[in-house]
Amino acid sequence: MSNLGTAGAKRSATHLLKANAWFVFAFLYVPIVVLVVFSFNDSERVNVWQGLSARWYGEALGNTQVISALRVSLIVAISSTIVSTVLGTAVALALDRYRFKGRRALDGTVYLPIVIPDITMAVMLLVFFAEAFKLIDTFGPRLTLGVTTVALSHIAFNISFVAVVVRARLDQFDRTLEEAARDLYATPWRTFRRVTLPLIAPGIAAGALLALTLSLDDVVISAFTAGPGATTLPVYVFSTIRQGVTPELNAISTLMLAASITLVVASLALQRPRSTTP
Amino acid sequence: MSSLRRAKPAAAQSTDAGPDTPPSLTPAELAAQRRKRRTGTLIATPGALYLLIFFVVPLGLITVYSFATRTSTGRTSLSGWNLNSYERIADDVILGIIARSAWLAFLTTVLCLLVAYPFAYYLATRPARLRARLLVLVMIPFWTNGLVRIFAIRFLLGSNGPASALSEAMGFGTFRILFTPTAVVLGMVYGFLTFMVLPLYVALERMDWRLVEAARDLYASGAKAFWRVTVPLTRSGIVAGCVLVFVPSFGSYVVPEILGGAKTLLIGSYVARQFQAARNWPLGAALSVLVIVAMLVAVAINQRNSANAERTQGVTR
Amino acid sequence: MISLAKTASWTRRARWLALAAAAALLVSACGGGGSDNAADDCEPGETDGDLAFYNWADYMDEELLLAFEEETGISIDYTVYESNEQMLSQVESEAAIYDLVVPSDYMVALMIEEDLLLPLNYDALPNFSNIDDAWDNPPFDPEHRYHVAYQWGTTGIGMTYDALDAIGGESSWAVIFDADTAAQVPGGISMLDDAPEAVSAALKYLGYSITETIESGNEDAIREAGALLKATNDRLVKYDSVTYGDDLVNGEVDVAHGWSGGFAQAFFETDAYETHVYTIPVEGGVRWVDTMAIPHNADNVCSAHAMINFLLDAENGAALTNYTYYGSPNEASTPYILDEILEDPGIYPPPDVYERLELIPQMGDLGLIVQDMLTEAKS
Repeated sequence: MSNLGTAGAKRSATHLLKANAWFVFAFLYVPIVVLVVFSFNDSERVNVWQGLSARWYGEALGNTQVISALRVSLIVAISSTIVSTVLGTAVALALDRYRFKGRRALDGTVYLPIVIPDITMAVMLLVFFAEAFKLIDTFGPRLTLGVTTVALSHIAFNISFVAVVVRARLDQFDRTLEEAARDLYATPWRTFRRVTLPLIAPGIAAGALLALTLSLDDVVISAFTAGPGATTLPVYVFSTIRQGVTPELNAISTLMLAASITLVVASLALQRPRSTTP
Repeated sequence: MSSLRRAKPAAAQSTDAGPDTPPSLTPAELAAQRRKRRTGTLIATPGALYLLIFFVVPLGLITVYSFATRTSTGRTSLSGWNLNSYERIADDVILGIIARSAWLAFLTTVLCLLVAYPFAYYLATRPARLRARLLVLVMIPFWTNGLVRIFAIRFLLGSNGPASALSEAMGFGTFRILFTPTAVVLGMVYGFLTFMVLPLYVALERMDWRLVEAARDLYASGAKAFWRVTVPLTRSGIVAGCVLVFVPSFGSYVVPEILGGAKTLLIGSYVARQFQAARNWPLGAALSVLVIVAMLVAVAINQRNSANAERTQGVTR
Repeated sequence: MISLAKTASWTRRARWLALAAAAALLVSACGGGGSDNAADDCEPGETDGDLAFYNWADYMDEELLLAFEEETGISIDYTVYESNEQMLSQVESEAAIYDLVVPSDYMVALMIEEDLLLPLNYDALPNFSNIDDAWDNPPFDPEHRYHVAYQWGTTGIGMTYDALDAIGGESSWAVIFDADTAAQVPGGISMLDDAPEAVSAALKYLGYSITETIESGNEDAIREAGALLKATNDRLVKYDSVTYGDDLVNGEVDVAHGWSGGFAQAFFETDAYETHVYTIPVEGGVRWVDTMAIPHNADNVCSAHAMINFLLDAENGAALTNYTYYGSPNEASTPYILDEILEDPGIYPPPDVYERLELIPQMGDLGLIVQDMLTEAKS
C-alpha cells in the first residue's frame, strides 16, 4: 500500500470513528431529550401531548411522598457508595497484589453479585434479614427492615462492581513506580498514598460512579429489603406506573438529571487545577 | 475445577498476581513474604467478611430453598427435601425460555460490541481532558430514572411516535418496532451499552500504542495491525464488556416486558414470576442456583483460557 | 407466625450457622412474634402510636393522610407496593412490621389461611355500618372477621367505539378469543399480563364459572382455557397490566383487556370518552375488591382501627373514590361522590351486568397450573 493510500485510509477511518461517535451520542441522548420535553407536558398522561406547562414540577416538589422517597434514595445511594467504594477497592487491591488464605474463594465470590438475577438477590436478602432478625430478637433488640437494610443490600452488590472496575485498572499497573518508591525507603503506607492511590484514582472514581448509578436505579432489591417508610424513588416510580405514567415522573427525572450534571460540572471545575495528566 | 487447576500449574500461576514461592528464600525474604501475606489478609478481610455475611450466607439460604417444597398457599416448607424444582428445569418449555433469552442476550452483546468498540477507540484517542468530559457525557443519560427512560424509548418507537412518523415522511410507510423482539434488543443495547464502553475504554486507554506503531513500522497494514495487535491487547476489556452486557441482558425483564410486550416469556420474567405471582420460591431458587453455577463455570473456563493466552502470546504483560 | 415448620427447621440449621447461643434459639422457636396486640381495648378513634400503612401505589388521596394526621396527632409511615404478592412476602417475613395493609379478595383468604391477619374489633369501627350490606360475609372471609372493603372494581374489555361497532355493537370475549371476530377489529389487541385474570377471561368465554371451576378443582377446564390462550397468543399485540389504558387511548391497540379503574383514569384524563368505552362482555367478567386488614404482628393496632374508621367516614370514603376512580363499598359516601363517577357504567355497572361478575377465588395448588397456562401460551 502506498503512503498516500494509507493516509487516505487513515483519514476515512477517522471519519468513520467520528461518525460512529456522533451516532452513539445521538442514540444515547434522543430518549433523554424526549424525557425532558415531556416533563413539560400539561397532560395527565405522559405520552399524550396537551400543551406546554411546568405544573408537574410543582406537583413533584409538592408531593411529600416523592420528597421522602428522594431523601431515602439519596441516603442509601451516598452511604452505600462510600462504604462499597472503600471495601471494594480494598478487595481489588488484595486480590491483585497479595496472596492470602481464601484468596481463590474470594476471587470467585466477588463476581457473583454481578451475575445473580436481581430478584434472587432481593428474595435471598429478605429471607436472610428475616432469619437474622429472629436470631437477634432473642437477645433483646427487635430489628425491622428499613433504610439501613436497603443500604446494607446495596453495599452487597456494589462492592463487586467497584472491585471489578478497580481491578481492571490495577491489572496493568506499572509496578516499577511502587518499587522505586520502596527503594527510596518510603513506608508501605506512604507508597500507597503517594504512588498507588493517585495512579488507581480514576479506577476508583469510575467504580464509585458506577455504584452510585446502580444504587440510584435499583428497584427490585430495594422493594424487597425496605420496610415502613423506606420507599426509594425508583420503587415509588415503579409502583406508580401501575396507575399510569404521568409527566410528574419525567419532572422528577429531569430534576435528578439537572442535579447530577451540576454536581459533575462542579467537581470537574474543582479538579482542573490539579489535573496534570501523567 | 481444582483438579484441573493442579494439572496445569503454569496456567494457574500466571493468573495469580502475587509472587510465587521460589524454592529457596533468605530469612529476610521469608519474613517479608509473611508480612505481605498478613497485609493481604488485613486488606481483604472487611470486604470479604461483608460479602460472607450479606451475600454468601443469603445465597446459602436460597440454595437450601431450591430443595424445599411449595405449600398450597405458596409458602416454602423446609421439610421434605427433594429435587423436583431441578427436574422441572429440564422441561421443554423452560429450556425454550432459556434458549430464547440467551439468543436475545447474544444479539445484544454483539451489537453492543460492534458499536462500542469504535466508540471507545475514538474516546481513548482524544486528548486527555476531552476524554474525561466525553466519558461523563456517556454516563449522564443514566442518571435519570431507568423506567422513565424506557418509557421515553417506548414513545419513540410507538406506532404513532416520531420514528414511525419519520419513516412515513420519507415514504417508507408507518411501521411498528414496539412490541417486537427488535424493540427488546434496541432497549437492551441502550441500557447496557455503557457496560461495554467502560471496560473497552479502560483497556484502550491504558494500551501501549507504541506496539501498534511498531507493527505499522514493520509494514503491517492498518487493518492487520488492528487485528494482530490492538484487539489482542484489549482482549481483557472485550471479555469484561461482553460479560457485563450478556449477563444482565440474559436476566433482564423490565425492558422485555415494557418494550417487547411480554408475548414471549424470557428467563428473567420467569424467575421473577416464581418469586412473585406464582409464589413458587423453590423453582425460582433452583433456576437462580443454576444461573450462578453456569457463570462460575464460565468464569473458570475464561480464567484458564486467558491464562493460556497470556502464556502463549506473552504480549499483555 | 411464619409457618412453624419453617421456623423450627431454620432454628436447627442456625445452630451451626451462628455459633452463638443455642439456648436462646429455643426461646426464639417458642416465643416467635408474640406482640401483645389486643384489639379489644381500642376505643373508636383511639391511637397508640405512629401508623405504618402499607398500600398500593397511587391508591390514596394524600389530603386524607394529612387530615388523619391532623385529627389524631400521630404521623403516618406510608409505604407502597405494586403487587399483593410483594406485600405478602414482606408481611410473612415478619422482618417488616406494618399496622395496616390493603390485600385484594383472594389474598385475604390466603392470609387468613396463613394466620397472618388479626381479627378486627368492630366496637372500634362505628363507621363500619356505612358499608353496603352487599359486602357482608364474602366468600374470602365468610365470617367477616378480618377485613373491611376499601375499593372495588371489575375486569373487562376497553375498546374503541369503532371496534365495538365492527363486532356488532355487543361486547364479548370473542373479540379476543375468536379468530373471526378478532379479525373484524381494525387495530391491535392486548391482554392483562396476569395469569389468573387471563385464564379467568378464557374460562368465561368458554362458558365456565370461575368459582365452580376452581372450587371443584376442574383441571381440564383450566387446561382448555390454557389451550385457548395459546391459540390466541399470536393474535395479540402484547400482554400488559400497566399501560393498557394509555395504549388504548394512544391507538397502539383498539381492544384491551384490563381493570375498570385503569381505563377510567385514562379516559377521563384525556377526554377519550367520546371515542372509547369500557365494557363487561356478555359472557360475564371478573370483579374484585381491595380491603383494609391488620397484620397479626402489627404494633399499633388501635391506630390501625382509627385509620380504618376514618376512611369509612362518608365524606372520606367519597374522597377516596373521587381520587382513584374505583367503586366505593361505602353506601353513605354516595352523595359525595362525583356524578361523572356515579353515572359511569364502567365504574358502577347496572345490576344486570353486575350479576355476571365473579370474584376469582384463592386457588391453592391450582394456582401453579394457572400460572403454567400463561407460561405455555407465551412459549
